[in-house]
Amino acid sequence: MAEIKCKDLSKIYQQGESEVRALDHLSLEIEPGSFLCLSGPSGSGKTTLLNVIGGLDTPDSGEISIDGLRVDQMNKGDLADLRLRHIGFVFQAYNLIPVLSARENVEFVMQVQGVPARERRKKAMDILHEVDLDGMENRRPAELSGGQQQRVAVARAIVSRPKLVLADEPTANLDSASAEQLMDLFRELNEHHGVTFLISTHDERVMRYARRLIRMQDGRIIGDEPQAGSAG
Amino acid sequence: MSGSLPIAALSRLAWRNLWRNYRRTLIMLLAIALGVWAMIFMTALMRGMVDQMVEDGIRSLPGHVQVHHPLYRDDPSIENSMREPGEAFTAAMNSPVVTGWTARLRVPAMISSERENRGLMLLGVDPDGEIAVGFETDTIVEGRWLESVDDPGIVVGKKMLERLETGLGKRVVLMSQDPDNEIADRGFRIIGVFEGTLAAQEEAYVYAGRATVQGMLNADGEVSEIAVAGHDYRDVGKLEKLVKEATEGLDVEVRTWKELDSYLEAMLGVMDGFVLVWIVVIFLALSFGLVNTLMMAIFERIREIGLMQALGMKPSAILYQILLESLFLLALGLLLGNVLAVASVYPIRDGVDLSVVAEGMEMFGASAMLYPALKSDDMILANTVVIVLGILTSLIPAWHASRYRPVEAIAKT
Repeated sequence: MAEIKCKDLSKIYQQGESEVRALDHLSLEIEPGSFLCLSGPSGSGKTTLLNVIGGLDTPDSGEISIDGLRVDQMNKGDLADLRLRHIGFVFQAYNLIPVLSARENVEFVMQVQGVPARERRKKAMDILHEVDLDGMENRRPAELSGGQQQRVAVARAIVSRPKLVLADEPTANLDSASAEQLMDLFRELNEHHGVTFLISTHDERVMRYARRLIRMQDGRIIGDEPQAGSAG
Repeated sequence: MSGSLPIAALSRLAWRNLWRNYRRTLIMLLAIALGVWAMIFMTALMRGMVDQMVEDGIRSLPGHVQVHHPLYRDDPSIENSMREPGEAFTAAMNSPVVTGWTARLRVPAMISSERENRGLMLLGVDPDGEIAVGFETDTIVEGRWLESVDDPGIVVGKKMLERLETGLGKRVVLMSQDPDNEIADRGFRIIGVFEGTLAAQEEAYVYAGRATVQGMLNADGEVSEIAVAGHDYRDVGKLEKLVKEATEGLDVEVRTWKELDSYLEAMLGVMDGFVLVWIVVIFLALSFGLVNTLMMAIFERIREIGLMQALGMKPSAILYQILLESLFLLALGLLLGNVLAVASVYPIRDGVDLSVVAEGMEMFGASAMLYPALKSDDMILANTVVIVLGILTSLIPAWHASRYRPVEAIAKT
């Protein structure tokens, strides 16, 4: 579980001669164990917010802390360690390393962490079972459907029991059934393992899963509502 | 564990990424293999040519180490001769570092037939001793070799025979100067004709029995030089030391072939330098392809690199993975290139006949028969240069890859 605090974050991108304010003095607090969706039109800053929280990008000003650790002050090596040990990422597409099988993709993070071979193989197989991918462990991403690939990505994101999972439009390329399956999985992981989920989405069906919905526009938070968070 | 690189994971990634575009990889492999083949094969030919040149030059007379009167090299006349070696020297030459030795009387002389005359070096030799230091009796193409130091006949070069317009069995006159500066001459019958590896040798020397020449010149017991041969012309240190010890206290000088024939020594030095330059030049040509291949591979995988960074791989690990890819490519290319080189040298190990260009070869002392010399040192050098420079060259694209900002790399499609 991770407690996230964002204080007065700003991020500006140059587009030709004009400036784009991807984050505009944004402040936000997220309790441990939250299941939270970020919604808003394209360009509202959802992805940028996920990226700066996850250490993939650095804010121009402001503070971010995860469990008291100042992410905005970390160097590249520390940020890499943070992502390796405490954060799982699920992207919209191209989540997997194409030359590795499903099991190897799940094991990859543990291998980088230094987990012994036997232990990581067992964990990988267990988590693939948990995401309902028994029998698929030796297939490469090109041999899996979009939904299956996303589930492998989720398996990899959570196999090391991170504090926080950041998912950027994870259902964008999935059909309804697969999207629903994925969100059911997210909810289950949140409820049973206490993983904090921060999901950016346009998808109303996904938003219905969230217990807290944050609406963004032009780099600012324009709405922050608790929800029932019932399954779709 | 968290601070160290995940070598196994990176190695697996590197190996599999190498084969993602197998056509490109195969082309690059072929280029490396051909480059390595060229390095080693051409070096073997050139090394063989120079080795042959040096060995022929040494075999023709000098031996590996020579002993002379201190003034002989400046004035190779009968006055600057020394006494024949005694028992102590002979005993010392039984050492395992010595493969053979001989003592010669060697003086400038004039040879005359009924039609022509020529200047040359008259060699009064011990026939068995000459064979021990490298004279090959199968160079005798007509007649026979000398039978003893007292043999009354002479052995002349084939080219000299033509110059003198004479033939086997005919008589010629040899004329030189004795120690009293008086003319010494004598008639000899031509009992043998030799063919040298270089035509110039055939016109430069005539062989006679040592005692016969000593008698002709009133120089009994005198010799001009002692030639000693060892196992390896490149390593004459021990031999030189042995001969110096065996001649200690005598008024003589001991010189190695390198000191006696600076041209040959220079050729060896030039060859060593040339090999390195040749290898580096070929590698430079290869390196452009290598860098291009890696840059293309990285360009196609920018998003994947971003993904790996998102998963927690440090820039150093990204760099290491690219270097591993390069290392695998280089190693495979080297293996193939080395096998090709050995396979192409082996069939011509008995020599390549270059008599079509023999005259040109002789101009700088090389024979018409070329024997490739595949040396382990040259192979090690070629392999080392390729690996070391290859990895250094690969640092450019690898560094480039490790410097990607994760957010930008992930955004690439």
